[in-house]
Amino acid sequence: MEFLTTLVHNLGIGFGEALSLTNLLYCFFGVLLGTLIGVLPGIGPLPTIAMLLPITYALPPVSALIMLAGIYYGAQYGGSTTAILVNLPGESSSVVTCLDGYQMARQGRAGKALSVAAIGSFIAGCFATLMIAAFAPPLAEVALKFGPAEYFSLMVLGLIAAVVLASGSLLKAIGMIVLGLLLGIVGTDVNSGLQRYSFGIPELSDGIGFVTVAMGLFAYAEIIINLQQTEKREVFTEKVTGLLLTWAEFKQALPAILRGTGLGSVLGILPGGGALLSAFASYTVEKKIAKDPSRFGKGAIEGVAGPESANNAGSQASFIPMLTLGIPPNAVMALMVGAMTIHSIQPGPQVMTSNPELFWGLIVSMWIGNVMLVVLNLPLIGIWVKLLMVPYRLLYPAILLFCCIGTYSINNNVFDVYMTVVFGLLGWVFVKLECEPAPLLLGFILGPMMEENLRRALLLSRGDPTVFVTRPISGVMLAMAAILLLIIVAPNIRKRREEAFQEQ
Amino acid sequence: MSFIKNPKDFWAGMLYMAFGLAAILIAYNYPVGTAGRMGPGYFPRILGAIMIGIGVILALRGVRVAGARIAWRPLKPLVIVLASIALFALVAPYFGMVAATVVLVVVASTASHEFRWKEAIIASVLLAAFAVAAFGYGLNLQLPLWPAFLG
Repeated sequence: MEFLTTLVHNLGIGFGEALSLTNLLYCFFGVLLGTLIGVLPGIGPLPTIAMLLPITYALPPVSALIMLAGIYYGAQYGGSTTAILVNLPGESSSVVTCLDGYQMARQGRAGKALSVAAIGSFIAGCFATLMIAAFAPPLAEVALKFGPAEYFSLMVLGLIAAVVLASGSLLKAIGMIVLGLLLGIVGTDVNSGLQRYSFGIPELSDGIGFVTVAMGLFAYAEIIINLQQTEKREVFTEKVTGLLLTWAEFKQALPAILRGTGLGSVLGILPGGGALLSAFASYTVEKKIAKDPSRFGKGAIEGVAGPESANNAGSQASFIPMLTLGIPPNAVMALMVGAMTIHSIQPGPQVMTSNPELFWGLIVSMWIGNVMLVVLNLPLIGIWVKLLMVPYRLLYPAILLFCCIGTYSINNNVFDVYMTVVFGLLGWVFVKLECEPAPLLLGFILGPMMEENLRRALLLSRGDPTVFVTRPISGVMLAMAAILLLIIVAPNIRKRREEAFQEQ
Repeated sequence: MSFIKNPKDFWAGMLYMAFGLAAILIAYNYPVGTAGRMGPGYFPRILGAIMIGIGVILALRGVRVAGARIAWRPLKPLVIVLASIALFALVAPYFGMVAATVVLVVVASTASHEFRWKEAIIASVLLAAFAVAAFGYGLNLQLPLWPAFLG
């Protein structure tokens, strides 16, 4: 009972904050922009958030976070529109929606596919919001008891799990993390005041800005890669009608929505989880438990309902580790950590007690944002379809421009813009060598924290490294990280992991 | 391409080794300290060593296990996109945002295989107008809009 009353009390604080006119406006702007970039293939939430971060300096922290969060979950809604109508993932997490969604569109059921995607996302969004509200406080309480050794081990576990659950070469991904950690070191060492890797450049004494890293590695590299491919895309231009589902279709979709929501809520919390992994897992589950799996890939409504619910639940659940532990489970959350530090809020378990209106306001805003998104995406679908017709040759110069203005405005200094050129080149090389850049960003954000906690833990233990194993919580986390690595290296499981990613 | 069987692994390994080596060499003069009292050079050296280790394994894998070739080309988009961003940085402080926007958009547009002069120039003017309205006046960012010698 006490649990419920605190929950209601907390949500009350949240509603008070999120329902202010300014915050409603920024929430709307966020989800609108999220839908927009979700619909457009070739730009995702990551570069968009990086682009807008400098601009949020001037906003109050709550409004800034509400808007940036809206972009992330809004993009999950928008991405499904493109997947269904163009057979292209507008958002990487909508890859699986293409399989059955596009088939439904070809059968003249585009409207129904869009509806079920929106309804599923909405249900998932509501549930995930409640779950964050319920589980964040106890988790934060546990985290408050963590010492430096526990934090260090938690970060190791988080980083390892993030690469194990991602696709691609494990070894390359670990290398990218370490490179990220190294880049995070650049700047003034807090303990000795020594300048590390700054080459006497004054702009580097505060470290490399994470906006410049994200912008170069993700936005610029992506644009260059897109321009290197010359094939044209086809747009499903027929008018979208028939948004209403029949009762039978709804009954067919609802269990898939609920399963997707559950899967996404759990997988989103895991490091490396989030929208993409949840969608994949949901599709696999739906196909496995279906009475007639052969319908999948030919326009099965569950194949749209499940993954679309899962990716939305997953994207929202990934806020939990970020908000309670201060550990970002994926690259977008790494940027959110950056956004909080810009406003001098140190992400971690203390946020909930030191800034309750920020914490609860953000959570409630997600629910409000989901309501807005249903309205934005179903009745206004025609506008988004038109947007799909804007050719890429007009789109990318505009994206470049906003990125440049964004980087320039961080410090009113062109040095940051030149840095993005360096990271753009690096990002392009990484794509060509099949080195996933997302782990680098995670390492980059966690680098300074990891070194600090390593130092403190070993200072407390007088240089005895066994402290990481002998302290029970820390030991368990390191053991879990080791087991994850072993599992992945074991030959037969490795083969199955590769198959699982190939199948999609 | 004689002994390199998987260029993606091989060159990724070389790149990692180079980063690791650079990290250690640059940190050569940073005090290391002891595990109990870590100096600023301790953590970078560990990371550099891991980097080199992973690089060596990757490079070895690259000469032993076969894999796909790297499609570097066409290089035109790479050069033009990066050059247009650098040009923006070069132009903006002296000639202002408006001029920098026009330069960036027109130069960047030439990277597309569907490039058209007229369209690119119109787009650049519209985007410059939007940038002035939204960022200059709307969000009131402290950026020079017009050439410094005119203000």
